[in-house]
Amino acid sequence: MKGGELADLRRGLMAGGAEKYHRAAAKTGKLFCRARLELLLDEGSLVEDGLFVNAAAGDLPADGVVTGTGTIEGRPVAVMANDSTVKAGSWGKRTVEKILRVQEVAGRLRIPLIYLVDSAGARITDQIEMFPGRRGAGRIFYNQVNLSGVVPQVCLLFGPSAAGGAYIPAFTDITVMVEGNASMYLGSPRMAEMVIGERVGLEEMGGARMHCTVSGCGDVLVSKEEEAIALCRHYLGYFPQNSGEAPPAAAPRSPGPGRSITDIVPESPNVPFDMKDLIEALVDEGSFLELKALFAPEIVTGLARLEGRVVGIVANQPRAKGGVLFIDSSDKAARFVALCDAFRIPLVFLADVPGFMIGTAVERQGIIRHGAKLISAISEARVPKISVIVRKAYGAGLYAMAGPAFGPEAVIALPTAEIAVMGPEAAVNAVFANHIEAIEDPEERRRFIEEKRGAYRDDIDIVRLASEQVVDAIVPPEELRWEIVRRLGRTGGRETSRPDRRRGVQPV
Amino acid sequence: MKEVRSEMAGVVFRVLVQVGQEVAAGEDVVILESMKMEIPLSSPQAGKVGEVRVAVGDFVQEGQVVVTLQ
Repeated sequence: MKGGELADLRRGLMAGGAEKYHRAAAKTGKLFCRARLELLLDEGSLVEDGLFVNAAAGDLPADGVVTGTGTIEGRPVAVMANDSTVKAGSWGKRTVEKILRVQEVAGRLRIPLIYLVDSAGARITDQIEMFPGRRGAGRIFYNQVNLSGVVPQVCLLFGPSAAGGAYIPAFTDITVMVEGNASMYLGSPRMAEMVIGERVGLEEMGGARMHCTVSGCGDVLVSKEEEAIALCRHYLGYFPQNSGEAPPAAAPRSPGPGRSITDIVPESPNVPFDMKDLIEALVDEGSFLELKALFAPEIVTGLARLEGRVVGIVANQPRAKGGVLFIDSSDKAARFVALCDAFRIPLVFLADVPGFMIGTAVERQGIIRHGAKLISAISEARVPKISVIVRKAYGAGLYAMAGPAFGPEAVIALPTAEIAVMGPEAAVNAVFANHIEAIEDPEERRRFIEEKRGAYRDDIDIVRLASEQVVDAIVPPEELRWEIVRRLGRTGGRETSRPDRRRGVQPV
Repeated sequence: MKEVRSEMAGVVFRVLVQVGQEVAAGEDVVILESMKMEIPLSSPQAGKVGEVRVAVGDFVQEGQVVVTLQ
């Protein structure tokens, strides 16, 4: 082969599929997969493997996927980007092999792996070669599971991820979805109509918004591809290259301007407020990156920095469903705790929780089983944990927010805090129900109830709880940030030990 | 979405609107009490209140319609 021929061949392969597919993609706001990689990676940093794969076929440049390594902010990453202009980004035998190899590269080099997904799924015509075998598509998911907790894995979903392919986003640490284009489903609407008789549109079946609000398969919903890419670069800035390293520190910043914590948190434990205002008042300005913001908003999860140090925040949100824990909020927080623990990110819990939801509806959904997942994740987390009781932690809500029994470095209470099996109203009712019913005079009954509630409040008074060594400190709101910063600083990344066993049997 | 639904089970604590009243998107129309918390239910869109289907003290299930909009 002559030099000129090589240049022509490379140019042809790097152009991807036919011009008409490029035009169709551009019409829906899609960038070419190589343009996506240019935005994602530091300029000129891509080192590609397998550009010539299936070059002999003529119409399958790179076999529909670009793989290789590059850098983000100078730190190496591995990438896989489906080319939707080549047979709709579908997977043949060599496509799968390329994906497997880049996963092996990420594992060998211990660097993050980013999946830029835009694929129609398996090439049915190639199924014997690419689907069932030892190095068939299933091996991609096997590798993902084994890479989990070793290196960060990110999925940017720009188009469909159908059938088996839908498991790529399911097994990454985070999935960012572009509204209108991203979709994820096991069976397409057409298949659903054929097989089960359901008539439904693509957005309703597996659109980005549905997955980011209802199913919880999506973590961040964005409106444009550029946003998804910028978010990925930003997100990885909170993570170490692999779980053997510490998360990267940044220059400390003060919290942004805003109301004081005293003004943000109402004194009455029953009145809603926006927990995100409290988070912003605590963390370094502009550092809070919320994950799963649209899913189960009664709990807030996100990454932030405190004096430059990366922390994971888990906070009840009284403004949504009163901050009560449901099955989805339990799952959301459990997964976030696992993410932080996997990559040595200390956890700060901001508890303002009336407890887990009760009633027949949630019992049938398995609220106990889901709550157990969260409590299990917190019990297993080895990173330093700090539990802040903002106004209240009732019932198992205390357990779900890393209360005293769950190995936190410290439980810190604001002066407004209450900790109890249940709130005063419910408690008085539970203990004195028969007695209350027996009092005939309504005025006397009211007086009796008030008196007992008062006595109960005294019993769960926060100074009493500090006196009994339940909480380690009561801190004025204006000192809370420094209290957390100094305590986390003292841990020096120390981790608690794990029991000597093969593994626990996890509640799911 | 021409209706306001309860986002969780609870008891109606206050009804803030009347039939025929104009409400803005995001405006609270009913406050529930559940798990000892006040849970505001807000209108997903602007409109005129068509029906108020609950009264103070009523038990409502998750997903139940509390107010409809015209």
